[in-house]
Amino acid sequence: MTERRPTELEGQSPGGKRKGLKLIGTPHRRVDGMAKVTGQTVFADDFVAPRMVHMKLVRSTVPHARILRIDTSLAERMPGVLGVLTGESMPNTFGILPVSQDEHVLCRDLVRFVGDPVVAIAATTEEVAAEAALAVVVDYEPLPTISSVAEAIATPEPQMHDYADQGNIHKVVSMRFGDVDAGFAEADLILEDDCFFEGNTHLAMEQHATVAIPEPDGKITVYSSTQTPHYLHKAMTKVLEKPASHIRIIAAPNGGGFGGKSDPFNHEICAAKMALQLGRPVKVCLTREEVFYCHRGRHPVQMHLRTGFTRDGRMTAQHLKTALDGGAYGSYGVASTYYTGALQTVTYKLPRYQFDSIRAFTNKPPCGPKRGHGTPQPRFGFEVHLDKAAEKLGICPGELRLKNVVEPNTVTANYLKVGSIGLRKCIEAVMEGSNFKERHRKLPFGRGLGLACSSYLTGAGLPIYWNHMPHSGVQLKFDRSGGIAAFCGETEIGQGSDTVLAACIAEVLGVDLMDIRLCVADTDLTPVDLGSYSSRVTIMMGNAAIQAAERARELIAKAVAEKLELPVSRLVFADRRVFDAEDPEKGLDWPDAVIAAESKFGTLGTTGSYSPPRSPGKFRGAGVGPSPCYSYSACVLEVEVDPETGLYTVDHVWMAHDVGQSINAASVMGQIEGSIYMGLGEATMEESAFRRLPARLSNALVHKFPSLLEYKSPTFLDMPKMTTYVIEDPDPNGPFGAKEVGQGPLLPMMPALANAIYDAVGVRVDQVPIGPHMILKGLDDKAKGKPGRYGPGPFPAFDFGEPLDVPTLDEGGDGKATNNAARGLREDRGTMKIIKS
Amino acid sequence: MMRLPKFRFEMPGTLAEAAAIVAENPDRTRLVAGGTDLWPNLKRRHQEAGCVVSLAKVAGIAGIAGDGATGVTIGAMTTLAEICENDMLARDYPGFVRAVRSISAPVLRNMGTIGGNLCLDTRCTYYNQNEEWRRSIGYCMKAEGTVCWVAPGSSRCWATSATDSAPVLCAIGATIKLVSTEGERVIDLAALYQDDGIDYLTKRRDEILTELRLPAVGGAKSSYWKLRRRGSIDFPVLGVGAMLELDDQGVCTRAAVWLGAVRSAPVACADAAAHLVGKKIDENVVAEAAKLARKPAAPLDNTDFVVAWRKTMVERYVDGVLRELAGLPEKVKNPRHGIACV
Repeated sequence: MTERRPTELEGQSPGGKRKGLKLIGTPHRRVDGMAKVTGQTVFADDFVAPRMVHMKLVRSTVPHARILRIDTSLAERMPGVLGVLTGESMPNTFGILPVSQDEHVLCRDLVRFVGDPVVAIAATTEEVAAEAALAVVVDYEPLPTISSVAEAIATPEPQMHDYADQGNIHKVVSMRFGDVDAGFAEADLILEDDCFFEGNTHLAMEQHATVAIPEPDGKITVYSSTQTPHYLHKAMTKVLEKPASHIRIIAAPNGGGFGGKSDPFNHEICAAKMALQLGRPVKVCLTREEVFYCHRGRHPVQMHLRTGFTRDGRMTAQHLKTALDGGAYGSYGVASTYYTGALQTVTYKLPRYQFDSIRAFTNKPPCGPKRGHGTPQPRFGFEVHLDKAAEKLGICPGELRLKNVVEPNTVTANYLKVGSIGLRKCIEAVMEGSNFKERHRKLPFGRGLGLACSSYLTGAGLPIYWNHMPHSGVQLKFDRSGGIAAFCGETEIGQGSDTVLAACIAEVLGVDLMDIRLCVADTDLTPVDLGSYSSRVTIMMGNAAIQAAERARELIAKAVAEKLELPVSRLVFADRRVFDAEDPEKGLDWPDAVIAAESKFGTLGTTGSYSPPRSPGKFRGAGVGPSPCYSYSACVLEVEVDPETGLYTVDHVWMAHDVGQSINAASVMGQIEGSIYMGLGEATMEESAFRRLPARLSNALVHKFPSLLEYKSPTFLDMPKMTTYVIEDPDPNGPFGAKEVGQGPLLPMMPALANAIYDAVGVRVDQVPIGPHMILKGLDDKAKGKPGRYGPGPFPAFDFGEPLDVPTLDEGGDGKATNNAARGLREDRGTMKIIKS
Repeated sequence: MMRLPKFRFEMPGTLAEAAAIVAENPDRTRLVAGGTDLWPNLKRRHQEAGCVVSLAKVAGIAGIAGDGATGVTIGAMTTLAEICENDMLARDYPGFVRAVRSISAPVLRNMGTIGGNLCLDTRCTYYNQNEEWRRSIGYCMKAEGTVCWVAPGSSRCWATSATDSAPVLCAIGATIKLVSTEGERVIDLAALYQDDGIDYLTKRRDEILTELRLPAVGGAKSSYWKLRRRGSIDFPVLGVGAMLELDDQGVCTRAAVWLGAVRSAPVACADAAAHLVGKKIDENVVAEAAKLARKPAAPLDNTDFVVAWRKTMVERYVDGVLRELAGLPEKVKNPRHGIACV
């Protein structure tokens, strides 16, 4: 079904790709593959400890209310119930971002959405804990509820959080890069669009689970399905008020994460608190409904785009407005807000750019980072917008994009440094593969092709909390047997990071993957890696691993050179041997080489670490967007639409992705195909929909269907034929030239579908997911002589005030804002207000 | 994970024993066949049971006998997978087999039975939710509450019939056998259902559905079209089961059109069928019948897709299924959905 077309290396980034790679770039078996396919992987829910008890959370059944009374007496009297916790026991707040420490493990005064945890119950069995949880009575005094950005603007009081920028608007951002007005004045065509991207959720197969085990000396060990053990460690330290060195977090292998396990969660901290209180191990495993309440999924975003084009298709300026429906808590929301604007500039040349955004608090589960974090929404808007521009300008949509591709090694209007860029090759590959030029706008009515591109960061340039330490560390320990123990805080979430770690070490030292024992994601034993988010693991852990391995190679080479009486420069590390390049027979087997080094230097161990390069932006907000390098994708999608019903079938997707350099070619393919799958879901059916009951009868505001049956996600049968192209344009900042692949290829799916539907039946659907009724409505409207467009109304009215002005490099800017005072900011670099909790 | 509540569990070996146990306390006793409907419902606590009687070990109520020439009997405990794999049924009753093949997914069809599908609980997005969710809306009329949230002014429950097999079986005139300690009776399948989301079956709680009987085919052709979001798993958002018999001249001698998933029971489109009978079937006749089929459909906002569009789909799907049966050119594409594994 899937073809892989090897493409030539562009080689425009010298120093990225090394010659003579052995393992890197080949398809090889994952180190965790056998355990996973034979069901032997121990996930968090598989952990069992002696005397373990089970915990359930009692969650709010009202969307917004003051807690008047909590009565646990009935539950406490039930046989088997051992422990009850309420918010009183954990007064400290937590949250993933230092600027949004707004969550309590158990709500104390207020509940802010249906699903907010209020009480924890531990019992000898899960059945008893569940029954007891149902027996808890909580009295609430209802408060007004907010279900959308527009309602949040109109309802400044009561505030859901007192630290919001204004009323119930969590965050307000407005920034202008360059003289945008002048840019629009140069334009021959100014296009405006209103688009909407509905929220959706991660839908990892594994439901979150945690086992907390108290230790005899008062310490505690927590196994959890988390993507970010380090940040969980920090949050737990804060809430439990214990020294960090007394808390050990071990990230269990994740059964999928996609961003949904990137926050520290109530249930994780609560299990630890309960375990400490009872002196017994505590397990909590969420139901699917609870996973929908943890959420942190894609923000619903309304967008307004205004872009100037010259007659020949160059862009002169863009003004983008985004409005995010954030849900009840901050989560990653401040970063998400910036991300809805930050990456508009790294694909196509955009000389001047203005970005305004708000994030609203609403009484719904908190939104956060989902695969693509904040960028798929504006990418959808932008790529649909470009399709319309191409038509208006009479230029092929592919040509229009090719005309505007950002040059390598440039700095964008908003001060992002782009290194390698394989986007041109990506576009050419999918256009050729789909025969785009011959077929676009020429297919019979009902059949269409859509093209879209995207970019994503390869690791966030800054850590979540301000510090100058490495983002990833790797420690190697060498045994006389030749075995290598690799210690790293990185977290396997299914993306293959364990294999990448082993592969980088194996490549440098010429050993087999089986020689390497991994010890990962353990805050007591492994050096910090910040976590599996922002597509940062391969580049950061990979570079750290290479450094550690190269340091070891240096030691071993010295010892072997001495023993063989050869210069170090002649030694080759390959095939589990260290040998003379000129006389390969002459050499030592790998274990003997290690013994030689240990004999010479003593116990062998090395470390490596990685910090991303600093970025040129120095204005508030410049911390979101920079990355060591950016990946690129291009997609053509073919759709068949039934004009009688509006039902459609995605028949074929051509996806090209610039990964820099594959580490494991099979995993790269898997990530591209997985992205196509997830993007298909977002484009066609997935939506986190909510329901308000009639106000005269009820105050309810609930998730419409927190269930895997009714929250629709594609099945195997809905998958199109896929043709994928791996474009290898090595980046000097990547390990062996590698860039990310886990998130980027998802992004073009949604706009490619909208563009393909337009090509098929002439209806513009400016929102996703695209339902058949939208297409049919568009066709009916067209038949009545109205525009065949289905989409949102105007952007909500909001006064963003004076934007932060940052002149571009072309205008002589230095990366700093010129009007900090007007925005009430300090003149120094600080990018975020710190809120005391 | 969600756990089952506690209940008494019985697994009798004979129909007489099963009927006797049910008769002890019919209102607090539930029958279970494949369990694909009941177990999740019990876990979510929107159905409850003091006693569950499994029919899995009851002798003599599974299996397929007969053929299209004489008529067919199918035991209620026959799995949906067995029906999907039966060559005789595929040949003589293709509409019925297509409907069964469209039910859920292979693993559930391995467990699910035809009797279970015919008795499937009605569904609603305000009802098929866990205990905590339903508590957060103050429950609904179908379980523990007083209001039907789909139609708050209504005095009845509007949960939706979700059986895929019933519409086409009603269209071809299938009958069923019901057994209790008081004896047995055979009724039209159509008479099993009534348009109420709570009391959607006319069968008494102490009666056990044991057998489905399909009439001899004669000159009838039947088909089933299913509307749903995905190629598998989903319950119908609309099901159209139809039977058409044409004479040599292409004149319709018998017709039946039944809709599923647009009310609390499968619903007959009597006007549409009446419009077809006695006419030479062409595109205009079909289109007019399809228009008439809209009227009995009452889709509400308690399942997937948008209500107004679903109502339009009734007409388009009836048009499509009748064209297929009459051998007219395709207008609406026969949905890939619902026939994915044929």
